[in-house]
Amino acid sequence: MGAAHGHRLHHHGHSAVHRAPAHVKILVLVGFVLLVVATPRDWYAVFAAYAAVVVGTVLVARVPLGWVLRRMVVEVPFLVFAALVPFVAEGPRTEVLGLTVSEPGLVAAWGLAVKGTLGVMASLTLAATTEPTDVLVGLRRLRMPPLLVEIMSFMLRYLDVVTADLGRTLTAMRSRGCEPRSPRHWPALARSLGALFIRSYERGERVHLAMLSRGYTGTLPTATGGDGHR
Amino acid sequence: MSVPVLDVRGLAYAYPDGHQALFGVDLHVHRGERVALLGPNGAGKTTLVLHLNGILTAGAGSVTVSGLPVEKKHLQEVRRRVGIVFQDPDDQLFMGTVRQDVAFGPANLGVRGAELDRRVMAALEQVGMAEHVDRPPHHLSFGQRRRVAVATVLAMEPEVLVLDEPSSNLDPASRRELADILRALDVTVLMVTHDLPYALELCPRAVVLSGGTVVADGSTYDVLTDDALMRAHRLELPFGFDPRTLGPGVGTGQGTAPRRTPETGGSVASPGTHTNPGDLT
Repeated sequence: MGAAHGHRLHHHGHSAVHRAPAHVKILVLVGFVLLVVATPRDWYAVFAAYAAVVVGTVLVARVPLGWVLRRMVVEVPFLVFAALVPFVAEGPRTEVLGLTVSEPGLVAAWGLAVKGTLGVMASLTLAATTEPTDVLVGLRRLRMPPLLVEIMSFMLRYLDVVTADLGRTLTAMRSRGCEPRSPRHWPALARSLGALFIRSYERGERVHLAMLSRGYTGTLPTATGGDGHR
Repeated sequence: MSVPVLDVRGLAYAYPDGHQALFGVDLHVHRGERVALLGPNGAGKTTLVLHLNGILTAGAGSVTVSGLPVEKKHLQEVRRRVGIVFQDPDDQLFMGTVRQDVAFGPANLGVRGAELDRRVMAALEQVGMAEHVDRPPHHLSFGQRRRVAVATVLAMEPEVLVLDEPSSNLDPASRRELADILRALDVTVLMVTHDLPYALELCPRAVVLSGGTVVADGSTYDVLTDDALMRAHRLELPFGFDPRTLGPGVGTGQGTAPRRTPETGGSVASPGTHTNPGDLT
């Protein structure tokens, strides 16, 4: 049993980056990402500077660089897509490592990869230095619509519960001689994911009932109470 | 007698799909009572509970809470008076910290500021969880989460506490700790349970619901020792547990039931016949 303790994206610490108010960090992140996206992709030196800023922030926050890099695996599918672009794009061809590829495609792929990587790394830095609940507090302070913040807080709360549910389902599948990773058993995996969805949906209904039973009428009272003494 | 805290009369209910779960239930619970609601799976216990605070609306009959009929216009007050603790604490605890979660109910009732803090801490102290006030609920053990779930309802200062399977999935120590907490509470309790030793331990009175009607209502000891009744309604005592060894006085004294702690010298069970119901869940 056991939901994972703490969130896997958070790296506990007390650096200046950790202590900075969450809403400031969110604003900086959004600003940074917009800036990166808006930069023409052939300004190579500028991208080097961006990378230096992100890596510098990670170092100041005393988050091990390897720790961040390992979590950047999420980006791999995106990078695979970017890597395909030079092969399928139109335009003048050029030679790289003995392969003929499209030159504009190559530049486009570079642009996608570098902007994506910078964005992911900056986001991971925010996640590593800010408790998930503080991110929500920050979003609320930035006047994010309360309903969206509520939905996100529920997602946070139940992520571990649903992950633990999934873990038990997979364990039960393995115990009956089925290896969920093998494509041969993907139909069974799909069915159990369907069952997980139904179970989560039903849990949602039960949570709602429990909320109604405690007088919930449509708005969470967090903004006015229970939140002030942290 | 005074106005009952819970007054259920002729309650019938059919689910929208046509399945009828309750066929005329009558139940009265008076202030300060601790009543066990027993019955086999599918007897309609949960359906009945969901009527007590107006989640489900009676098809026929009526539910009254301390004189206040459960109707749409009274829902908020009814839900303050009737506190339901659901079976799975993960369904009940959904806020980021224990403090926020316990504050959720009273804040919905308009309680704010210092009074809200007082209620939160008082409720958590009653269940012995005050030191965990700023932890996220999912970092707590299952037994601790169940206790916090009880606190979330206590913070609303209800007139009756309704517990759905309070002892399920608890290890024997957590089960006993919860029993101690429930016994110490100065509140009317209705406890839905399959855990018959627990019912006997905590509730002087038991009501058996079967097939959507009340088939028995009496002292828990009498109900559990009525073999014909028990067999007829799929109620079974756990192996090795016999209420007769404890005697008819069991579970009736308020806060005077030291019989389950062997070191205090079982006062009801004769020495050597100490049963340990805690190990059987």
